[in-house]
Amino acid sequence: MKKHLLSSDDLTADDMATLFATAAEMHDVQRREVKKLPALRGRTIINLFFEDSTRTRSSFEIAGKWLSADTINITGKGSSASKGESLRDTVLTIASMGVDAVVMRHGASGAAQQVSQWIDAAVVNAGDGTHEHPTQALLDAYALSRHFGEGDRLGSLEGRHVVLVGDLTHSRVFRSNVITLTRLGARVTVVAPPTLMPAGIASWSSSAGFATSYDLDEVLPTADAVMMLRVQKERMSGGFFPTSREYTVGYGLTRDRLRVLGPEVPICHPGPMNRGLEIAADAADAAQSLILEQVSAGVAVRMSVLYHLLAGEGTA
Amino acid sequence: MTHQPVLVRGASLLGEQTADVLLVDGVIAELGTARVDAPSDARVVEADGLVLLPGLVDLHTHLREPGREDAETVRTGSAAAARGGYTAVLAMANTSPVTDTAEAAERVHSLGRAAGIVDVQPVGAVTKGLRGEELAELGLMARSRAGVRVFSDDGKCVADARVMRRALEYVKAFGGVVSQHAQEPTLAGATACCHEGELSGRLGLPGWPGVAEEVIVARDVMLARHTGSRVHVAHASTAGTVEVLRWAKSLGIQVTAEVTPHHLLLTTDLLGGYDPTFKVNPPLRPAEDVEALRDALADGTIDAVATDHAPHARHDKEHAFVDAAFGMLGLETALGVVATVMVESGRMGWGDVARVMSTRPAEIAGLAGRGDQGHGRPVAVGEPANLTLVDPAASVVVDRDDSASLSRNNPWHGRTLSAAVRATFLRGTPTVLDGQLVEIGATTEGSLT
Ligand SMILES: [Zn+2]
Repeated sequence: MKKHLLSSDDLTADDMATLFATAAEMHDVQRREVKKLPALRGRTIINLFFEDSTRTRSSFEIAGKWLSADTINITGKGSSASKGESLRDTVLTIASMGVDAVVMRHGASGAAQQVSQWIDAAVVNAGDGTHEHPTQALLDAYALSRHFGEGDRLGSLEGRHVVLVGDLTHSRVFRSNVITLTRLGARVTVVAPPTLMPAGIASWSSSAGFATSYDLDEVLPTADAVMMLRVQKERMSGGFFPTSREYTVGYGLTRDRLRVLGPEVPICHPGPMNRGLEIAADAADAAQSLILEQVSAGVAVRMSVLYHLLAGEGTA
Repeated sequence: MTHQPVLVRGASLLGEQTADVLLVDGVIAELGTARVDAPSDARVVEADGLVLLPGLVDLHTHLREPGREDAETVRTGSAAAARGGYTAVLAMANTSPVTDTAEAAERVHSLGRAAGIVDVQPVGAVTKGLRGEELAELGLMARSRAGVRVFSDDGKCVADARVMRRALEYVKAFGGVVSQHAQEPTLAGATACCHEGELSGRLGLPGWPGVAEEVIVARDVMLARHTGSRVHVAHASTAGTVEVLRWAKSLGIQVTAEVTPHHLLLTTDLLGGYDPTFKVNPPLRPAEDVEALRDALADGTIDAVATDHAPHARHDKEHAFVDAAFGMLGLETALGVVATVMVESGRMGWGDVARVMSTRPAEIAGLAGRGDQGHGRPVAVGEPANLTLVDPAASVVVDRDDSASLSRNNPWHGRTLSAAVRATFLRGTPTVLDGQLVEIGATTEGSLT
């Protein structure tokens, strides 16, 4: 594995398999009464969150703690720019405290990659703007592998048709997932109204090997898994679609579509959900919903990522 | 200042016939294909193999003074300009405070005079505070000692069609021109920072579609036709803009346009690493656009090369890409880029370089016809001795630390560019010799012959 995890593109299929195997072991730890492993004792991890995300931050924090690392949270919305300090200065100050890894969430695309060029510590991208969220994609793929496996054995995603639906333009989850899923051999179709498809997706999809569609009802019957993406409320006033009602009719996982899907097809959502907009309550709470499993998989996968980035050479 | 005569010996005029050129009292006193004898007190500059051009004129320079003297001052920017072969620059109005009054324009103008390295001609804002709402005092700036003729809200688009129409009408009274930063703000908003296309989609950067430039250029040429006025398109960046220009010119609409060196050579894929050095407005475009811009420059559809020299302090670039400042340096490398892209490839000769980097910019800016103060004039007896001496055979690896600018946001660092400026003369006085700045006032008594 590379030193940093900045993009899903940093991981080979073999890397992913290794991370998943370790994640499965970590997952077992979560069922124990005493959850601590000593693997990262004496290591310091900073969760540097320039943008709020209780969900991702606590997932990383728990992952670090269960590996016995010292984890410190630093939060602050746009803290650097507003004080007139450059991002580089902010991050160098923090890194100079003797840090082994920086888990970073930032509202700007590419911020984690830029930071990785400025500091020595390992950088984990915990979401950068509308770019990527590689650990989210790993946990999604891991949760699906568990679903398709038997007992504790992970199943393969080879040839499975995974359908991603929603605001692709502004979704870092989509960008990381499309890389991760295709690398694991899944067949991927992304569905959105044309206004929520990123620029240039036609050439991108053909080079990256995924399909695009404006028609959810046409795609849904062949899905082996569905991943609903969050529609950000602040986008709704941006003229990307006329009304939330129209969005739901066109692209929501409604009760009717749930019926078309059948009871075997797993449903994912990275959360937080807009119930009734992109996903009906019935679908969110259905037996086939993996949404809560995604959350617990998130801790296991992040333990695995931190372990592989930090417990390598030079570890006590 | 004493005018020590200078004899430029054996230079090739615009890359063609070889001549000796004698500069006395700010003008070209003698020009001969046979050997010209140097007066006893003259400095002789041996120019064998070098090309003599009229001094370059930059239509689009950001000097940052007043307001951001940590990034550039009139003096340091002038020095960078001279090193790039320029004898006149137009200083954009988006300083702090904005150059939107006669007093502000005169101040920039006199700072330029005081530095004495190039002629600094202020550009006046089109609207007060660059807010795009009310016209600035265009007439008072025109009548001021600075004699402003070019008006621009550069950095921002004059987006309101009615305001643009009034500006175009108003400047007709004094032969002014409006230089438009064409960026329709509802199509490419303030955060737009990457050419809209596959790469912006993958990188998750706010897209800046070419059409946001093209709709404004199309609108403005129609307004220029309607008002019978002159409009100038700053930093044209797309093939679509070129098409509109070609069409408008075919109708006889008074439109001129400039292209930057970086849009002639760099492409959008440089943004793949999120390096803010390459963040510029308008953004770097794909190769097809670059190719169209080169064609348009060669065939005259685009009139001029302008640097959009935009110095920034380091900490203004060391932000996340979308938060970092727009702009890159350009004055010291512009000629090298044009030589590399256009001359080396055989698409243009040195006479064409003189046209797009001196003659046409001076005409557009109204600097060509002012007697012995003029720029972009022919290299001929009696003309002002604003000249640049270029080594066409040189090849230079750009080093960002070898710069007269206060800033280091240089996109060319580490690249090899063709040709090099060897000397620059402002009204017969060398500002640059052997590629190095001449300390003004300290070099008039010479025995360097
Ligand atoms: Zn501009």
